Amino acid sequence: MNLKELYQEIILEHGKNPRNLRKTENFNKDAKGHNPLCGDNVHVYLKLNGQKIVEDISFEGSGCAISMASASIMTDLIKGKNEHEAKEIVEDFLGMIKENPELNSENLKEDEKTKLMCLSGVKKYPMRVKCATLSWHTLVSAIDNTQEEINTERLD
Amino acid sequence: MNIDKIKKEFPIFDEKIQNNDLVYLDSANSSQKPKVVIDRINEFYSKEFSNVGRSVHYLAVAATNLYENTRTSVQKFINAKDKNEIVFTKGATEALNLVANILGQNYLQDGDEVLITELEHHSNYVPWHFLRKSKNIKINFAEINDDGEVTLEEIEKRITSRTKVISITHLSNVTGAILPIKEITELAHSKGIIVVVDGCQGAPHLRLDMQDLDCDFYAISCHKMYGPTGLGVLYGKKKWLEELPPYQGGGGMINEVKKDRISYGDLPNKFEAGTMATAQVIAFDQSIKFLERIGIDNVVKHEADLVEYGQELLQKNNSVRLIGNPKNKGGVLSFTIEGIHPHDVATILDGDGVAIRAGHHCCQILHDKLNIPASSRASVGIYNTREDLDTLNDAINNCKKIFNQK
Repeated sequence: MNLKELYQEIILEHGKNPRNLRKTENFNKDAKGHNPLCGDNVHVYLKLNGQKIVEDISFEGSGCAISMASASIMTDLIKGKNEHEAKEIVEDFLGMIKENPELNSENLKEDEKTKLMCLSGVKKYPMRVKCATLSWHTLVSAIDNTQEEINTERLD
Repeated sequence: MNIDKIKKEFPIFDEKIQNNDLVYLDSANSSQKPKVVIDRINEFYSKEFSNVGRSVHYLAVAATNLYENTRTSVQKFINAKDKNEIVFTKGATEALNLVANILGQNYLQDGDEVLITELEHHSNYVPWHFLRKSKNIKINFAEINDDGEVTLEEIEKRITSRTKVISITHLSNVTGAILPIKEITELAHSKGIIVVVDGCQGAPHLRLDMQDLDCDFYAISCHKMYGPTGLGVLYGKKKWLEELPPYQGGGGMINEVKKDRISYGDLPNKFEAGTMATAQVIAFDQSIKFLERIGIDNVVKHEADLVEYGQELLQKNNSVRLIGNPKNKGGVLSFTIEGIHPHDVATILDGDGVAIRAGHHCCQILHDKLNIPASSRASVGIYNTREDLDTLNDAINNCKKIFNQK
């Protein structure tokens, strides 16, 4: 087991200095997520324009390095994508964390895929997968405007 | 006392866990099991199994005797006055739910108050919370001081004329504080208040004497006492167990059942409805014998030495902040590391074969009070050594290294 694979520099860096850790002014969609097992909380804010393109995305919350880095990288990648693309990227990411060896989304550039693959080390730590996926599930909930708090214990 | 020899009685320490020797520092969560306990379960199922209670065949009678022998062993171990004051449950959680339930049914009145503390495990809060809804019971919290203790004075301050029950931990599973149960009980009884003790951490690590403590109820978790899972003990003073109504209905707990009336059985059957954790109860006798063989005073002494050593070690480690500094402390070392989340700490320590717990340890009230979402906790058992704590410290340093900290 190589912990360096899990805690790559990019994860440590994003974990320490998360991007978009703030609340978007004039957000028009948001959702909360909670992991009752470890107490992690996340609140994702979206500002979509008329063409349903993500003009701004941010998050508030606290958690471990994995969850903070995952949320940080997510917000970086989703900005500028439209709703449909964003959801497709989430699906691709969740597929990769679950079983797929790589990312296949056509909505991600190669360098974006490389960045996201840094989180693939989590696969070997089943207890930590939810840390990495909480913010992503919460993003979907925000896009779908379900007004329902995501609870990692109620997900598949 | 030869700890190496004692450790050899636990088969799990012969195993390599992910290629590492196991440094098990999660005994406050659940302890490992000695071979005598494991073998007893196997032996009972292989050679002696029968349900206990009504049947008259040979195996049933023998199993019933074994089952009741454990009750007597527990009675002696905690110095209860009567063997019928010992009720087996599926765990300490059920024991506490049982007490809250029966007091709620027949004792507490609308507007009465239950006093608990900020140190309580969720299992000594949620069952009382149910009564908030169903009986309009008010719950008050005695607060911790800066050292993570709850003092007798603080308890006294929180008692009102409506306080009917004080339900408190014997030994905090986070700060390690040992509460002055005897003094609290004396005070409570002088005001006619019932005392319930969550003894999950007390029972495996302290000398227990129910007649000396004089509390009304005491909940024990057997799997934290080198015993099987799925088993707890509720000690209750005979007069309460006789006076209060049953908790669950079913086979074994009745006297007579008619279409228009039911009468309940005598103690302890009244509180042991349905088929109990028979094999676990019988094997738990071996846990008690194991602890008695070592001597509970030796256990206390050994763990006090470990916790003092661990505290000193971690205090010297910069960026480690210990949670609580109680004068009277049990074998629990909870801490945070500056800039590293407890879950990352636990994962990295696990990589070095060091098993600790990270999270809120079922004590969210306490973590909210401390203003932290989670903490890391190393807790000791009879099989731990000073070397284990050195390994813990080394693993913490490795953790800091991975996170580029000095």
